[in-house]
Amino acid sequence: MITFTQNLQIIPINFYLVFCAILFCIGVTGVLIKRNALTILMSIELMINSVNLLLAAFSAYMNDPAGQIFVFFIMVVAAAEVAIGLSIIVVIYRTTGSIDIDVLNKLKW
Amino acid sequence: MTTLIILSLLGVFVLAEGILKKKSWQLPTIFLGLLISLFATIGSWNSNAHFYNEMLIIDNFAVAFTALLIFITFLIFMFAGIYYAAVQRSLDDIFAIMIFALVGCVIMTSFGNLIMLFIGIETLSISLYVLAGSHKEAITSNEATLKYFLLGSFLSCFLLFGIVLIYTGSGSFNLAVIAQYTANNTNHLSPLFQAGLFLMITGMAFKIAIVPFHFWAPDVYEGTPTLLTAFMATVVKTASIIALYRLFVCGFPAIHETWETLLWIMAVLTIIVGNFTGLYQPNFKRMLAYSSISHSGYMILAVIAFNSRTANALLFYSAAYSIASVTAFGILILIRGTKGNDQFSSFKGMAKTNPLEALCLTIALLSLTGIPPLAGFMGKYYLFMAALEKGYLWLVILAVLGSAVSVGYYFKPIITMYLKEGNGEKFVTTISYKTAIIFLSILTVILGILPFLMMDLL
Repeated sequence: MITFTQNLQIIPINFYLVFCAILFCIGVTGVLIKRNALTILMSIELMINSVNLLLAAFSAYMNDPAGQIFVFFIMVVAAAEVAIGLSIIVVIYRTTGSIDIDVLNKLKW
Repeated sequence: MTTLIILSLLGVFVLAEGILKKKSWQLPTIFLGLLISLFATIGSWNSNAHFYNEMLIIDNFAVAFTALLIFITFLIFMFAGIYYAAVQRSLDDIFAIMIFALVGCVIMTSFGNLIMLFIGIETLSISLYVLAGSHKEAITSNEATLKYFLLGSFLSCFLLFGIVLIYTGSGSFNLAVIAQYTANNTNHLSPLFQAGLFLMITGMAFKIAIVPFHFWAPDVYEGTPTLLTAFMATVVKTASIIALYRLFVCGFPAIHETWETLLWIMAVLTIIVGNFTGLYQPNFKRMLAYSSISHSGYMILAVIAFNSRTANALLFYSAAYSIASVTAFGILILIRGTKGNDQFSSFKGMAKTNPLEALCLTIALLSLTGIPPLAGFMGKYYLFMAALEKGYLWLVILAVLGSAVSVGYYFKPIITMYLKEGNGEKFVTTISYKTAIIFLSILTVILGILPFLMMDLL
């Protein structure tokens, strides 16, 4: 009988690694080039989820449940972060009427 | 562990008082709760307890720094009543979130597992995003919180990716197992592990605000309400440095050649950039932001030159730095409250109208510079001696030159206070405010004259 873990190991681990690294880089690019606060927030979510995927894949390969437990912790933290982030964006929208990060230039050297 | 439970309950309790509309009870409850948790922390000295599969390790290192962080939070709360005197609404949310941020700091001092490190950092950061934007009518506060949030969560992802790569290399999140792995494979570390190490350094460097990841700090410190800036510049900075120290000294001592060069360069850059940029700041709050950046450069020395005595030197240095910084921020609260701005011109004639406050600010700034009879000098002395023992002569020379440069901006407010004539407007202070700053100045002087009170603890 093929167990779930063996089933998963049909795909080599390097594929997961490269795939997650590409997802992470897409997220980084999104944060760096986009000017809209919501899009940046979505890119950050993409980065976090690429890490989650990598963690789940590795922990299945190594037969160590600790990695999968950590995924739950990360999901809780990410949810809290999004809740705070969206409320910050709402506050910004109320004061400036825009969520473009370029309008925020009051504080500088 | 008891400390964590007491602090979490205290936060919930303060929120409940907000619901019951007992505004006058809040600060007394907080002081009482912080004192109880301080005694509970000191009570676990020498217990060396491990909790939940080594998730939390309460050794003497953790106890000493937890006690220090709770004490500094106590000092900051002494100014809360004055800072929020004009605010009518109940402030239970801000106070409770400050206490929850302190819970995150306590986790960061005592983690034994990378999962707990991440949870601690995120508990702290998410609380700070809210605190930075807590003055939501002011556009500067909004801007500070958005910048801090976007950059903070972006760099947290790098830290997270680093943790995962270290997990894939070593097969565990436990610091003791990782240390074992690095000791066994010193010369043939997996490339994933090395990549993870550098990503983690990036993430931690951002949280501490060391060059080249410091660019957010001046903007965020300036936009944040002053009381909370004091919290960020002292408690949060100390907790982040301790997390870095614990991570590298407990997790990767066997491969210190790999990371110490990188931290060496970062420390030198931090000291040079922090001190030289501090010279050109137009106002006091931004100047204190650059001062905190350059001081984190000195504290990195303890991580680079780790030996049996650096933990104690770091404890002394962070105590001296935090007490002096809290005094400076306390005076800043007074000046902003009266004059509405914190330009250096607001300090004119302060020595005539308010000699006591001027003297306390002078003591604090001299201690930050590192002038001999005060606590800051002894802190720098112990740190530099520890670095010299390890043979980092050039690093120490650059650090001493950096402190010499810092005289240029620390003396600016002192000269303005004592030598420039003001318009004679007096700053109105209360008895509790005077008691607080006198207490802080006495602590600075006592630690400088009798440094052995805090040495030889660890």
